[in-house]
Amino acid sequence: MLDEQLVIGEYKLASRLIIGTGGAANLAVLERALVASGTELTTVAMRRADAEGRSGVLELLRRLDIRLLPNTAGCRSAAEAVLTARLAREALETDLIKLEVHADERTLLPDPLETLDAAEQLVADGFTVLAYTNDDPVLALRLEEAGCAAVMPLGAPIGTGLGIRNPHNIELIVSRAGVPIVLDAGIGTASDAALAMELGCDAVLLSTAVTRAQDPERMASAMRSAVLAGRLARGAGRISQRFWAQASSPPR
Amino acid sequence: MAAQVSVQVNGDWRDFPDGTTVAGMLATLGTGQRGVAVALDGQVVRRGEWSEVVIPAGARLEILTAVQGG
Repeated sequence: MLDEQLVIGEYKLASRLIIGTGGAANLAVLERALVASGTELTTVAMRRADAEGRSGVLELLRRLDIRLLPNTAGCRSAAEAVLTARLAREALETDLIKLEVHADERTLLPDPLETLDAAEQLVADGFTVLAYTNDDPVLALRLEEAGCAAVMPLGAPIGTGLGIRNPHNIELIVSRAGVPIVLDAGIGTASDAALAMELGCDAVLLSTAVTRAQDPERMASAMRSAVLAGRLARGAGRISQRFWAQASSPPR
Repeated sequence: MAAQVSVQVNGDWRDFPDGTTVAGMLATLGTGQRGVAVALDGQVVRRGEWSEVVIPAGARLEILTAVQGG
């Protein structure tokens, strides 16, 4: 089961941990964290270019042979997200796009209507769409029906580290999904990532939990192990929960 | 001196010689070509067309690149 690759559209990945590059103190710290995480797919944001403002993140990811997942972070409408995705495809020569349309700055929660609208347009335009969404089982199905290659429900709002606030909804989403489900946002520590996998998610996407940890490299390593452990446990089939004790030693 | 056209680049008004192409603008700005994309009035200009598309006066240009994020 561990050998099974994650398949998103036409892309196959051995690692089930997708890392976001936001929040790292500098590129050296980011590089060590990315290597420790074992990730094969990493997000970048699209921003206005200026002459001196080359961040070097592209060169780093190319050197590490990590596939790029551009996002539409910062977009507030379907129209903005579609244009940003098209620019990302042109700039980075990839049809992969992490679609995110934020409703407002305080919560950064996904706007469900704009997200679905943008997803339909981007799928029609040939993109491999990974859609960031609320932990809404109905919307998750609608995004899948719209042709998204992966659906990415949040555990909690971006950057909060609050973990998975509604595990049952995540299980509901997983139970009906025909495309990979990636738990995206809200992860605070390794146990959150393990739980996501135990609930049946196919992968985990996180950034802040690693990049803003006191020791990003060590936390990246923890997340890598957590994703593997959670997936193993899911495959192993956990025991059912009981109210009363059940002796694990034989009666004398 | 060649006539100038005023265009909006990433929100700032700039002047370029009349007839400047997208490729010419990128060279003047020093943005480089690798890893960037250009939208002209809300439409993506394909990389292969950069040396042909002339920037019209009053155009609104967005030049984007990838940065750490997400």
